[in-house]
Amino acid sequence: MNFMASTQPENRLLGPQSDSQRTLYPYVTGTSVVALKYKDGILMAADMGGSYGSTLRYKSVERMKPIGKHSLLGASGEISDFQEILRYLDELILYDNMWDDGNSLGPKEVHNYLTRVMYNRRNKFNPLWNSLVLGGVKNGQKYLGMVNMIGVNFEDNHVATGFGNHLARPILRQEWHENLSFEDGVRLLEKCMRVLLYRDRSAVNKLQIAKITEEGVTISQPYSLKTYWEFSAFKNPTQGAVGSW
Amino acid sequence: MFRNQYDTDVTTWSPAGRLFQVEYAMEAVKQGSAAIGLRSKTHIVLGCVNKANSELSSHQKKIFKVDDHIGVAIAGLTADGRVLSRYMRNECINYSFTYESPLPVGRLVVQLADKAQVCTQRSWKRPYGVGLLVAGLDESGAHLYYNCPSGNYFEYQAFAIGSRSQAAKTYLERRFENFADSSRDDLVKDALMAIRETLQGETLKSSICTVAVVGVGEPFHILDQETVQQMIDAFDIVGEKEGPAAEPDDAAAGQEVEAEQGAAADQGGSTDEGVAPMDI
Repeated sequence: MNFMASTQPENRLLGPQSDSQRTLYPYVTGTSVVALKYKDGILMAADMGGSYGSTLRYKSVERMKPIGKHSLLGASGEISDFQEILRYLDELILYDNMWDDGNSLGPKEVHNYLTRVMYNRRNKFNPLWNSLVLGGVKNGQKYLGMVNMIGVNFEDNHVATGFGNHLARPILRQEWHENLSFEDGVRLLEKCMRVLLYRDRSAVNKLQIAKITEEGVTISQPYSLKTYWEFSAFKNPTQGAVGSW
Repeated sequence: MFRNQYDTDVTTWSPAGRLFQVEYAMEAVKQGSAAIGLRSKTHIVLGCVNKANSELSSHQKKIFKVDDHIGVAIAGLTADGRVLSRYMRNECINYSFTYESPLPVGRLVVQLADKAQVCTQRSWKRPYGVGLLVAGLDESGAHLYYNCPSGNYFEYQAFAIGSRSQAAKTYLERRFENFADSSRDDLVKDALMAIRETLQGETLKSSICTVAVVGVGEPFHILDQETVQQMIDAFDIVGEKEGPAAEPDDAAAGQEVEAEQGAAADQGGSTDEGVAPMDI
């Protein structure tokens, strides 16, 4: 333990590491990811925005990526940490393939591996600043799970990150049902993404929808949602508002 | 195998290209008491002969549960077997913790084989003196592997290791084509018959053998003594009938078993009270 005049008192517990080695706050971030289970597998949607604080700086960030043969990963939060996670998973899948036996890591295994990684980093006070959505199909079994930067993880029929939890999940709770068709699933996701586009300031109108089934992963080309701004409430937002003076 | 100047340590090759220490380790396996394994598409049965040193002592544990879906039977230096079982249990539990999924037995077996290989290439180590029959379930079904001290592993439909295992192997070779579609109970019966072959005359009772089963929907567990004894009793009657028709050396075994059941006659069982008349 060093007895220097405490320039950085927080470092005592960390030993020789200094604060510049730990993640304190995110820099370039992605906003919500929304996903649901449908008849043939999982549908996931995310926009392509990378915000730099309040600036919508990058508009072609792919926030959903296929993992191995059976999984799809979507991320919100720090984009550089997402890229780091992709590197970890790349190595994991590589070693899995190198066994060259009849076994392969399915979405459940990948999700649990990520949970361990995220929780471990959280315990070292150096988190990967992401909320991750992991979906996939293996041997006919659909799987959809979420894990975030503090290691909270769970599985459900529909999940969302960030603002999606507040704006999209209530819609999904009302309208999701088992064995949605592909078209119905996409329509439901677009409904959620439209609400997010109107109400989340870090959303951009350029999104991708990804689908994973037993056959594999398809990520759509980027496209935009139609929006309507002519609501009278938007035109004169303060009409009828009660003021205190 | 004769004692020679190339067998002192495992890192010395003989001029003929052999590692004698490794071969001696395989000999140790042949000296241990027998262990057998056989599998169908959905189940694997492991069995072993337990010889206690004296009537006063308990017998050595030779079958270990490694995880719900994997078990192992050993022959040879049982202390080495215990250590390797602990390693296998550790690997399984670590994998389960990280991936919430059972470790595929094919991967565990490769890790075990690599561990054994290390001991054949270090001057300060010796090979493990134990052969392992690893039974486990995988995505691709039921598997039975044999791991050697040499670091090799092979997959088998049925196998036997240890002393007098050749008799069991002969029995299994005759029957193995039927195993893939056998029911679980038939598989256990075949295992008990194979164990009986290695006893060569001695009475088969549940106190000298151990049987374990693992299968789809059935976690690995060792069958308790009463169940095993019931199965022995159940097929012994059938075994007697088949005796004269099948293996000629079974007649002797059949006689012992009969005596054990407390029947009066000591012939081939045709005029026995309490035993059904022979059909052949």
